[in-house]
Amino acid sequence: MSTTLLLILCLNGLQYGMLLFLISAGLTLVFGVMGFINLAHGVQYMVGAYLLFAFTGLTGNFMLSVLLSLLCALAFGLLLEFFVFRHLYTRSHLDQVLATFGIIIFLNELAKVVFGPTTLSIALPEFLAGSIQLTEQLKYPIYRLVTIGVGLLVAIGLFITVSYTRIGMLIRAGATTPEMVSALGVNIQRLFMIVFGVGAMLAGFAGVIAAPIYAVEPGMGDNMLIVAFVVIIIGGIGSVGGAFIAALLVGLIDTLGRSLATEILSFVFNPSFANQIGPALASMLIYVLMAAILIFRPRGLLPAKGVA
Amino acid sequence: MQQLIKTTIASALFATFISSAALAEDLKIGMVVTLSGPPAALGQQIVDGFQLALEEKGGMLGGQKVELIIEDDELKPDVALLKATSLVEKNEVDFVVGTVFSNMLQAIFKPVVQSKTFLISPNAGPSTFAGSNCNPFFFVTSYQNNQNAEVSGMVANAEGFKNVFALVPNYQAGRDNVDGFKQTFEGQLTDEVFTPLGHQDFSAELARMSTSDADAVFAFMPGGMGVRLVNQFANAGLSENMKFMSVFTTDETTLPGQKDAAVGFLAAGSWAPDLPVDANLAFVKAFEAKYGYVPGSYAMQAYDTASLIDSAVSKVDDLSDKDAVRAALKAADFESLRGDFAFNNNHYPVQDFHMLNVVKRDDGKYHTSFVRTLAEDYADSFHEQCKM
Amino acid sequence: MDRSLILGLLIFLTLLAMPFALPLIGQGYLTGLIIKAMLLAIAAISLDLLIGHGGLVSLGHAAFVALGAYAAAIALQSGIENILVLLLITLALTGFVALITGSLALRTTGVYFLMITLAFGQMAYFTLTSLAAYGGDDGLTLWSLATLFGSNVVQKGNGLYFIVLGTLLASWWFVNRMSQSRFGRVLRAARDNPERTEVMGYSVTRYRLVAYVIAAMIAGVSGLLVMQHAEFVSPALAAWQRSGDLIVVVVLGGLATRNGAILGAFFLVIVEELLGSFIHEWRLIYGPLLVFMVLFAKGGLSDLLTSKRRGNQVA
Repeated sequence: MSTTLLLILCLNGLQYGMLLFLISAGLTLVFGVMGFINLAHGVQYMVGAYLLFAFTGLTGNFMLSVLLSLLCALAFGLLLEFFVFRHLYTRSHLDQVLATFGIIIFLNELAKVVFGPTTLSIALPEFLAGSIQLTEQLKYPIYRLVTIGVGLLVAIGLFITVSYTRIGMLIRAGATTPEMVSALGVNIQRLFMIVFGVGAMLAGFAGVIAAPIYAVEPGMGDNMLIVAFVVIIIGGIGSVGGAFIAALLVGLIDTLGRSLATEILSFVFNPSFANQIGPALASMLIYVLMAAILIFRPRGLLPAKGVA
Repeated sequence: MQQLIKTTIASALFATFISSAALAEDLKIGMVVTLSGPPAALGQQIVDGFQLALEEKGGMLGGQKVELIIEDDELKPDVALLKATSLVEKNEVDFVVGTVFSNMLQAIFKPVVQSKTFLISPNAGPSTFAGSNCNPFFFVTSYQNNQNAEVSGMVANAEGFKNVFALVPNYQAGRDNVDGFKQTFEGQLTDEVFTPLGHQDFSAELARMSTSDADAVFAFMPGGMGVRLVNQFANAGLSENMKFMSVFTTDETTLPGQKDAAVGFLAAGSWAPDLPVDANLAFVKAFEAKYGYVPGSYAMQAYDTASLIDSAVSKVDDLSDKDAVRAALKAADFESLRGDFAFNNNHYPVQDFHMLNVVKRDDGKYHTSFVRTLAEDYADSFHEQCKM
Repeated sequence: MDRSLILGLLIFLTLLAMPFALPLIGQGYLTGLIIKAMLLAIAAISLDLLIGHGGLVSLGHAAFVALGAYAAAIALQSGIENILVLLLITLALTGFVALITGSLALRTTGVYFLMITLAFGQMAYFTLTSLAAYGGDDGLTLWSLATLFGSNVVQKGNGLYFIVLGTLLASWWFVNRMSQSRFGRVLRAARDNPERTEVMGYSVTRYRLVAYVIAAMIAGVSGLLVMQHAEFVSPALAAWQRSGDLIVVVVLGGLATRNGAILGAFFLVIVEELLGSFIHEWRLIYGPLLVFMVLFAKGGLSDLLTSKRRGNQVA
């Protein structure tokens, strides 16, 4: 195991973690502030990716397409909020799960009908394609570095918004004592819409960023959704900071585990056995981590106070 | 989408159950393929290829009007099982054509062959049913799963590769492919890397490749995994100093997503769209004219399956004479798009395998292209264990 | 007698009559469809004990179905053929696993419980994919099936049908009986107000653990029958989407109702089959249908069927 490889793995882990954070940030806020379980959040990720595919096809300009995709993802999120989710805030979690599950089924099928079932890919523009030499032996794709940078910027922006602005204060208050916030005469409906729209846009943004790396296919959001839930549970529901730490943790552990589990196991067991159980064990790691954290800290690492 | 010729269940679930025996004279063919999720592209090719053959023959096979019932296995074993049982018991089909994937085939195998209905696989060719578990009611028109990898080993020998880096997903087919490759490859395997199914990010594997001494990569990464791997491979700049050869990784279903990144990549297979067989060139032309995309081996195999059924049915007077039907199928008396084609004792094909590479056509479309034949009349290595 | 009991009896009488009625209209294949729905219903009934009565939403319940199926399949491969012995093995394994995972998972509640059960379910799923000797990801075709003291009456057709029906009836009766007993009342009290229940001297966690283990064992039995019916097992049985389907069935049918799980299961199977036969893209209809059911049919199918306001209309 060379240090170069380890470094690449860590960078990949960071990059994956940033994607997870973009998805989880919205999920944890929507859940924390509104007490709303939105399974359809993962579909927003897919929607973002397909939007980028459609717009790059139409305009041929990557940056413009990213911008258009973000706006459309935002609009799409708000539409969903207006027509469906708004009517579910007061309902039980199970009703929310059922209804948003229905939306996943619908949109996954719609993507297949409109764009076909095959895996699509999006070419990067010249200035983002290719790799740069980080150290003597280490070449790393520019686009992935950009992803890490953009993720960090969004994280900082969110952190400042939540910690130091009026709306951030309301969000924090909403996450801990929602009754109090509405009793104080805040337009909770509008607060919800803003939180929801931003959350949807961030998930769409994650899809946009991921599309050129991971390719675009129907149902691509389903597994991301589950991992995003793992992230917000580990981080503590309603906590953006928790989500950030948990996202990086999950990203790193998953990436390192997938690449190293087999090798580490083959020190102990014979190689064919290690080859057999290594990948399974690696896929399990993040769930083992979540279960362990929940057993010792039943409300996650950094819970926002008062969330059920 | 395609018109499903499911004439069943018109108004309510219980209402039409009486009608199914009415059209007894028609030749009934049931098809179980994957039409949900990303792998639906493969199932669609099979449906399209089969329907093209059907259309060219005026909706008839062996002189009988065909009622084709297409079912989606949704890539779930229990759904596949239910659909297959329904075809056999409710529709009382004469042939079942399926599946795309080996695990789906395992799920439908027993109920179909036990009802003494002929099961013809247009794609999946697992070792499970090639050896001692071979079955008189089961035929494969594609290949045995290990064969393409074995021929890849020959490709590596022919190209003079000494050190090869193997990359496959960690499931049965992945392991079979590495084993198949090792069986014929004479050089050294520097690494055998197994990734989880549905792997998203290959950069760690690519980093290992670039630091290894390998002069070529052997990959088996079907579907979306192949699209991601090839694009990431090209983006990482590895194409410059490493050769890429693969099976089911750069084919006509993935090339629209890989485009220039895959051009020049090597593959092994029994067919390519430009394989110089007259019937084949006509088939590809007709297929593209009708469906607007380049057919892959899946469509070709489905077309061959229809031709096979056509030849068998025209030879037999009474389809309930199972021995006669079996003998007629076994004879493989049809014009295969692959040229020479025969069935072995285990009802798996004996055919030629070729080296292929990816080319870009003048009209901007991509396909695999025939380079040269590496193995003639190539049989699988399991047929000796089959007692048929 | 109350309406739900009448409805329940009607359901079972219909199911009992089916094998005699179906050959008359010439459809043996429908048996398979009904068996599929009944198997789903058995697992859903057990899940309703957790969700409806216990307020414990598990997103890992399908793992117990898969464990039951694999336990039976592996025992079958090693030569144990008697279905009663397989039943004991299945019960022992699922009960044991549930006891361990349950005592850990029940340290949490609410959505955290949902996620920790998901975690255990995923661990089960990936463990099954790594069993290369038993097919790994591809699953395992069973060349011989369970017998009843050497007789193959429990393998196919009506024999299998009545075994499944009998198991469904037993699970239905048992869970209803349990939920009406003191145990069920404590469970529901703990759902509505755990603190008060604890103060009254009941160990909430212990009651929940018993419910969790029983639910897992019933799910395991359905797994054994799934194996017997499909003649095939695969890790896909444990996929989290399956657990999601089970939740859908329970919620659609109506929580903590006598017949909800059965109605939900039949609804799901019939809707899939019906819509699927109309158009291939049936999910385009099914998805919005779920949304509308949530928005406009509160209380589930069971409520629609038995409440006096609405009469006997299925949605």
